[in-house]
Amino acid sequence: MAISREELRKLAELARLNLSDEEISAIESDLNRVLQHFEQLQQLQLHDVPLTPHSVDSTNVFRNDERDAAPEGLSREEALDQAPEVRSGLFLVPSIME
Amino acid sequence: MDDLTQLTVTEMRRRLDSGETTAQDLARAHLDRIRSLDEQVNAFVTVCEEEALHRADEAQERIKKGEGGALTGIPIALKDNIITRGIRTTCASRILETYVPPYSATVAQRLDDAGAVLVGKTNLDEFAMGTSTEFSAFFPTKNPWDLERVPGGSSGGSAAAVAARMAPVALGSDTGGSIRQPAALCGVVGFKPTYGRVSRFGLVAFSSSLDQIGPFARSVEDATLLFEAIYGPDPKDATTVDAQYDPSLARGGELKGVRIGCPKEMFSEAVDSDVRAIVLEARERLAAAGAKIEEFSAPIIEHGVSTYYIIAPAEASSNLARYDGVRYGLRVSADSPNEMMKATRAQGFGKEVIERILIGTYVLSSGYYDAFYATAHRARTLMRDEMRRAFQEYDLVLTPTSPTVAFRIGEKAGDPLALKLADFCTIPANMGNFPAINLNCGFSGGLPVGLQLVADSYRDDYLLGMARAVEALLSVEPKAAPLKADG
Repeated sequence: MAISREELRKLAELARLNLSDEEISAIESDLNRVLQHFEQLQQLQLHDVPLTPHSVDSTNVFRNDERDAAPEGLSREEALDQAPEVRSGLFLVPSIME
Repeated sequence: MDDLTQLTVTEMRRRLDSGETTAQDLARAHLDRIRSLDEQVNAFVTVCEEEALHRADEAQERIKKGEGGALTGIPIALKDNIITRGIRTTCASRILETYVPPYSATVAQRLDDAGAVLVGKTNLDEFAMGTSTEFSAFFPTKNPWDLERVPGGSSGGSAAAVAARMAPVALGSDTGGSIRQPAALCGVVGFKPTYGRVSRFGLVAFSSSLDQIGPFARSVEDATLLFEAIYGPDPKDATTVDAQYDPSLARGGELKGVRIGCPKEMFSEAVDSDVRAIVLEARERLAAAGAKIEEFSAPIIEHGVSTYYIIAPAEASSNLARYDGVRYGLRVSADSPNEMMKATRAQGFGKEVIERILIGTYVLSSGYYDAFYATAHRARTLMRDEMRRAFQEYDLVLTPTSPTVAFRIGEKAGDPLALKLADFCTIPANMGNFPAINLNCGFSGGLPVGLQLVADSYRDDYLLGMARAVEALLSVEPKAAPLKADG
């Protein structure tokens, strides 16, 4: 199983990464070497084995739905402090429509 | 006059409490050492000189009033993926190069409350993805035992800082071996607790089902003191557990009669012969001290690396989606939000991070999900079950920590797979959720060789106690790297 250059371009688009053709071809050989290694896994007989997506058996942790019970959050000022662009107390992004 | 940076935390505590030394003396001694040595070692991304001296003043006040605890006035370093309010936290990535967090990680807050003195934030592979600290976006960290070699990774900065006595103790994070493997390559103690023991709140997320914070130190005792200051449930991290921990068990143990299992797969050709020889020698000494040592076979652990490099990138690709140039971090301007995000991420992430995001996106995409992601989680189940079976027979599992000693900077940089195999012996403890610790067990060609002890889940106290007994039996010297600059 190998990733084609076309597939890589599509993955980069899905992952929101703007990659040049040179970058794509440099990554292609690395990725395919790593993927080859994965093929060993597929030789194992695993169909009856349950999945372990997490290492602890977590249970829901509840608290009362009251304003005072909520942990203190950040102020608006603190939350916006590290934003690249801010206007009128809001995060600013490039315009999404003409 | 003796050098304060050579002391153990316990000895620092004694001198602080008796008034023989002050928190300011300790902070200055370590800051001086960082200033004179870190140009060679490059362990730190940020040195907190001003804050450290201020914190030392506060700590000294507490000590004078008799209000100090175990770590009050003790210098510490934190891996730069543990966020610290008001102190730049970069993850060694361009995308967070100027990021100053508005709050602190739970572990940073607990250490702050304990009066520990943060001297600096240490280097890592970008977003903790790597085994050599060569993937830091800023500079590679050097191994203090040989400055032409890597310190291991991803917590290479913390390991090097402790080995070079720039801090007596430090915190790192371990996803597939990122505490234990650099500890092995730098000849120090590195402990990965059971998942859930230590809060991950404020640890920049890489692979959330595997990441765990733990201590580096030059003795098991010091590592234990740091661990005991940070562990325990945290309402801000729903995966923390309130499991029993008995500090008295962590203070020592009896080697006689202890059943120790050694997986054959980790004493095979997969491990360099010089490393194997030194670990086997240590094993003989444990046997001579009365430990019952047996080999067992667990073939599934040979698939640990493949399993890890599916699960970790899958979780990372999701976790790293948050770096979008909107709320914090780098932004590269473009005409639309989509183009802005694509440009920001491509410029802000290094090559290794981009590759892992792409692998993660691939294994989670429809059509490949079952073949890769589900398969990896099935293999993870088998790995955990096989290790659990081993713990019905044995009290501890013993392995080499790293298949090699520290390699030369650049030696494996062109070979993505060779770098990943460095975690061969450490990954199973993350996969099965077992506590594990590295101890230096000797040297090969002047470079440290690490031995790993693993215990059953939540037996962190027992593991620390036995590690202390093994450390005392082996009594390997020196405990810190003899840097040329020391004369």
